[in-house]
Amino acid sequence: MSIALVVLIGVLFATGTYSMLHRSLTRIVLGVGLIGNGVNLLLIVAGSRPGLPPIVGKLTGSTDPIPQALVLTAIVIGFALQAFLLALAWRSWTLDGNDDVEDDIEDRKIADRRRRAIRTTEAARRAERERQLSGDDNQPAGEATNLGAR
Amino acid sequence: MNQLAPLPMAIPLISAAIALLCRRWRAVQRAISVIALATALGMSIALLVRADTHGPVVARIGGWSASIGISYVIDRFAAMMLVISTLTLLAVLVFAIGEGSAKSTSPIFHPVYLVLAAGVAAAFSTGDLFHLFVSFEILLMASYVLLTLDGDEAQVRAGTTYVVINTIESVVLLVAIGLVYASTGTLSMAELPARLAELDPGLRTGLHLLLLIAFGLKAAVFPLFFWLPDSYPSARSPITAVFAGLLTKVGVYAIVRTQTLLFADAHSTLLLWVAALTMVIGVLGAIAQNDVKRILSFHIVSQIGYMVFGIALGGPAAIAATIFFLIHQIPVKTSLFLVDGMIEQATGTSRLDRLSGLLHRSGFLAALFVIPALSLAGIPPLSGFVGKLGLITAGLDAGDGILVAVAITCSLLTLVSMVKIWLSVFWGEPTPNPKVAASVGAAAADPQTRWPIPMVTATVALVAIGLTIAVAAGPLHGLCERAAAEIVSPGDTIRIVLGS
Repeated sequence: MSIALVVLIGVLFATGTYSMLHRSLTRIVLGVGLIGNGVNLLLIVAGSRPGLPPIVGKLTGSTDPIPQALVLTAIVIGFALQAFLLALAWRSWTLDGNDDVEDDIEDRKIADRRRRAIRTTEAARRAERERQLSGDDNQPAGEATNLGAR
Repeated sequence: MNQLAPLPMAIPLISAAIALLCRRWRAVQRAISVIALATALGMSIALLVRADTHGPVVARIGGWSASIGISYVIDRFAAMMLVISTLTLLAVLVFAIGEGSAKSTSPIFHPVYLVLAAGVAAAFSTGDLFHLFVSFEILLMASYVLLTLDGDEAQVRAGTTYVVINTIESVVLLVAIGLVYASTGTLSMAELPARLAELDPGLRTGLHLLLLIAFGLKAAVFPLFFWLPDSYPSARSPITAVFAGLLTKVGVYAIVRTQTLLFADAHSTLLLWVAALTMVIGVLGAIAQNDVKRILSFHIVSQIGYMVFGIALGGPAAIAATIFFLIHQIPVKTSLFLVDGMIEQATGTSRLDRLSGLLHRSGFLAALFVIPALSLAGIPPLSGFVGKLGLITAGLDAGDGILVAVAITCSLLTLVSMVKIWLSVFWGEPTPNPKVAASVGAAAADPQTRWPIPMVTATVALVAIGLTIAVAAGPLHGLCERAAAEIVSPGDTIRIVLGS
């Protein structure tokens, strides 16, 4: 097993994960590609020592052909997947002008509810402050309580 | 007979190609899909009979030995899953054809649907870990396309989450497979048990957990379920129905194989906790929802918990109960989603606050809903009761009182949310909400709602299958016990697969 390949696999996984954490689907596609290559290399490394010839005649002293078959399959699948993801990103772009992965429905509902709650409390607070200001100019104690409540 | 093992996978796959060529002639496409799935169903039944009487059916693709090539191994469990999944796929196809006569359908629906069927069949019948990965990819790819078939905003949003999550699942699975191969030198599920047993315990645990994470994401167990209630409801009803019935169950099937064959009886405590949390979180999530599809989607998660519970208990009795529960769950869950499809067809919505008094418009539809709904909640004498009884008995025998209590509580909560659907959809004032009436026009104006005949036939057929499972619970449970005995002590199957 070569150290260089192992380090490369680590780097591919790290950069791939970093890209997948973004909101933009295009970056996620890039991340999927990087991680996919990392996995393919991992399969190759899993096969056998590097530098041996591919299987010719005798079985001894040659590389194991099975991981190479696996990698070929994985590459084809990864290709199809990335093509589909790109199509999805394009569709998302034609629909609303960006390709960001949106929040799910529940998260959006909670965010909406929170925003509404903040808006109502702020309105109430503003009304309260106006009432205080109009009723009694310069009432620092009331202001302090307001800040404290916040 | 042995060479027939790949046919439930091959027939739909070849038909998919033919259906794609015939994309201009919808009638031909429909005929091809129905014939393909009916033939696959016939093959699956033949394989089940053969596997039950003569032991596992093994086919080595290309004549390679099991350690190098891919072998198809169909034991009783695999054959039962093949039969019930193909039956469900066929029923949903008929439903989709009925719905398609009312709405426009894409010319690629039938080919992709057949590819999905091929992927599901391949996942159930393969005896090779890498081929299992490929089967997952086949069915996932098809499911991506089906989920985003209309390409509207909700579907693209849901599809993105679904695709990205499943991509991560594929990566984890592929890494696990690569590491398994690196440490054992084989991917044949017949050779792996012996080779994995020789490994260092730490390495073994690592490989096991990687596989469980990958399959757990697929099966939507806690804490890996969050993508499911978000993505499934956005597709069209028949597509959601088939996803709900089959896709997560493929993951459960893979977990059963992992726990009984590859890593026999390891980490069952972890799985017990996962099972309990999956049941509770799923059912609580369902109670918070106000849309039929979303409620049912959360119940998928909750029911998966019961299956994982059975798997974690281990032993022939618990595994038999799990298989029975799995077999019952597929048609019941699917028929509930099909009923939701009929509700949507009639009213244009599946939101609880907009639906009311459907009982007055169609008592027939109410009956179609109430049978699988009560079965899902586990009310005797329906099939869900038999399944849950088996699991709870196995749990009591194993002395897991807390989990049994959790399971029974979740069952009650399931009943609560089924009653919630019943109250707001079927009871109440029959006058349709003006918004609903405007959105569907003629259908709402007609007091006696009518659906295309294929839709009704398919739903009735699935509900009838659910009832048949309850009626034939005795013989079926016997079959499940034989299947469980076979997979709990897989020695004979392994010898048949490896022997020339």
